[in-house]
Amino acid sequence: MAMQVGRATDAAGRPSVDPARRPEETAGRPSAPRRVGAATAIGVGGALVALLATSVVLAVTIGPAGLAPADVLASIAAHLGLGEPTLSPLRDAIVWELRMPRVLTAAAVGAGLAICGVVMQALTRNPLADPYLLGLSSGASVGAVVVLVLGMAVALPVAAFAGALAALAATLGLARAAGGLSPTTTVLAGLAVSAVFGAVTSLVIFWSATTDSYREILNWLLGSLAGAGWPAAALAGAAIAIVGLPLLATGRTLDAFAFGDTAASALGVHVARTRALLLVATALLTGALVAVSGAIGFVGLILPHAVRLVVGARHRALLPLSALAGAVFLVWVDTGARTLFDPRELPVGILTALVGGPVFAALLLRARRAS
Amino acid sequence: MNGVRPGVGDHADPRRTRTGLEGSRVSFARGSRLVVDGVDITVPRGAMGALLGPNGAGKSTLLHLIAGVERPEVAALTLDGDDLVSLRRRERARRMALVEQDAQAPDGLGVEHVVGLGRIPHQSAWGGDSARDREIVARALAAADASAFAGRRYDELSGGERQRVNLARALAQEPELLLLDEPTNHLDIRAQLATLGLLRRLADDGLSVLAALHDLSLAASYADHVVVLANGVVVAAGEPGDVLTPPLIRAVWGVEASVLRHPSTGRPLLAFAPAGADEAAGAAEAAAHEPEPA
Repeated sequence: MAMQVGRATDAAGRPSVDPARRPEETAGRPSAPRRVGAATAIGVGGALVALLATSVVLAVTIGPAGLAPADVLASIAAHLGLGEPTLSPLRDAIVWELRMPRVLTAAAVGAGLAICGVVMQALTRNPLADPYLLGLSSGASVGAVVVLVLGMAVALPVAAFAGALAALAATLGLARAAGGLSPTTTVLAGLAVSAVFGAVTSLVIFWSATTDSYREILNWLLGSLAGAGWPAAALAGAAIAIVGLPLLATGRTLDAFAFGDTAASALGVHVARTRALLLVATALLTGALVAVSGAIGFVGLILPHAVRLVVGARHRALLPLSALAGAVFLVWVDTGARTLFDPRELPVGILTALVGGPVFAALLLRARRAS
Repeated sequence: MNGVRPGVGDHADPRRTRTGLEGSRVSFARGSRLVVDGVDITVPRGAMGALLGPNGAGKSTLLHLIAGVERPEVAALTLDGDDLVSLRRRERARRMALVEQDAQAPDGLGVEHVVGLGRIPHQSAWGGDSARDREIVARALAAADASAFAGRRYDELSGGERQRVNLARALAQEPELLLLDEPTNHLDIRAQLATLGLLRRLADDGLSVLAALHDLSLAASYADHVVVLANGVVVAAGEPGDVLTPPLIRAVWGVEASVLRHPSTGRPLLAFAPAGADEAAGAAEAAAHEPEPA
């Protein structure tokens, strides 16, 4: 920055800085942010929609039975009443009863977890916020496991929601009591809450054990889509439609939180009401998703940050694009989980943690450098 | 309010006939303590007011009460005659803007994104940025002398540059009243003068400005009037030259000051005695030939 020697004075005799004399200190900086307009965001969105559709069809073909994409399309057409069935009943059942609902459930869970991650990161101004790290997923697991053990499967989503809400309240309450909602304190509080709720989940399953309780415990704690059929897909899809889609409209409100609560309030946002409403919505969504998949970690952390790198921090673009990217991501990771050690199933959360752990570490290092 | 500032302050200007901000009996309690206690405050349209007072005097709280961030217990607050307390948040955010002290944003936000936040009270949930929004953002950047870094990242800017971007964000709200909490905090002297000069220009263009400031000399040289708060109460208000007297400064801040005159502008300029030099201060005061107002 060049020094400005001599002093300009304005009409009122006050010292002033003449804008014309200010050196252009900024032109051509290499670190300029990517200018991403609405057109780019729509382009990326279109590409992700196409990628998601392709991924769903391809993921269904993968695995024993030697299916081709055309077989999958034919099966879909037949079941939608658009064509005559061409597959053998067995192969058709593999496509339509076994793999399709599971792939669609994965897509819905991935999209929902990514939406929850974006909303929580914005509202808590914490780049490390995610339904898994803040304990919501563990809380939802407890709720789900308890009603399943009691044989009240109808209450599954409600109980998972209640568990997620209780865990969220515990995490935020603990963090606040421990000195504030800083990223590190909040994540530590989430860790404590997760540990307790995870242990309760394990105890409940163990206490009620009739079959393979170790696998059952693993599936709830690490998350698994094994055995997800049409009821699971319907529940996850309904959660996306009822809670996820309205959340996509909160982009401008989430933007307002960038500079904190006071700034959001001065921009016309009812801060306390908005935060409570949106956090309850994320608990509701997490609860419904965990009820079908168990606690799959890090999806809400990885995808929003990856998408942010491409399209920037504007939430109106970030929310829908993270949802699409989350859907694609979980479809493929779950395909890996069911095929890598075929015929054994890997809980999908092991793979998401394998990706998410390093991402978490990188974010931690960046947050540390920034402070 | 004329005669002091040659070239500005034309009191026949029709803008000045608008009433601007008028607040009376503004009060706010935190726990059992009244942080703001029955404050009366006026900022005429197109005037620049400075809110002065020691740390903890209630300056920030008063700004938050006016901005609607916190709700006053008792108050009559009007902007150009419209009741502010019953105004909806969004509506209020279209008429006034607040620039916070030490604004913090997450890394990676572009300057245009930050300034675009000021359009939020004017936008619907689903709609994108309209051509008009983009035009207003560009105008706000220009008005705040921040157009040069429109393409940069907020977290890479210097403190002075950030403050200009914050100001542009506030201007993008198209406010009638601009509230600022210590806008010169942490800025070097050049950036302080640039910021205050900018506020002065904006006020001269018809915006009502109320800024909490710590530097009394700067407040005296840029503001039309000053309001001195102590323990939540207004202890003095009026033109800087009338208000900022050694006895008042002693009573409010507990320091000894001499009032000099700026050699080129004639505005009050304060010189402070070093801490612990109370006796020397008396002599310095006499030496300054400053008549002590009663």
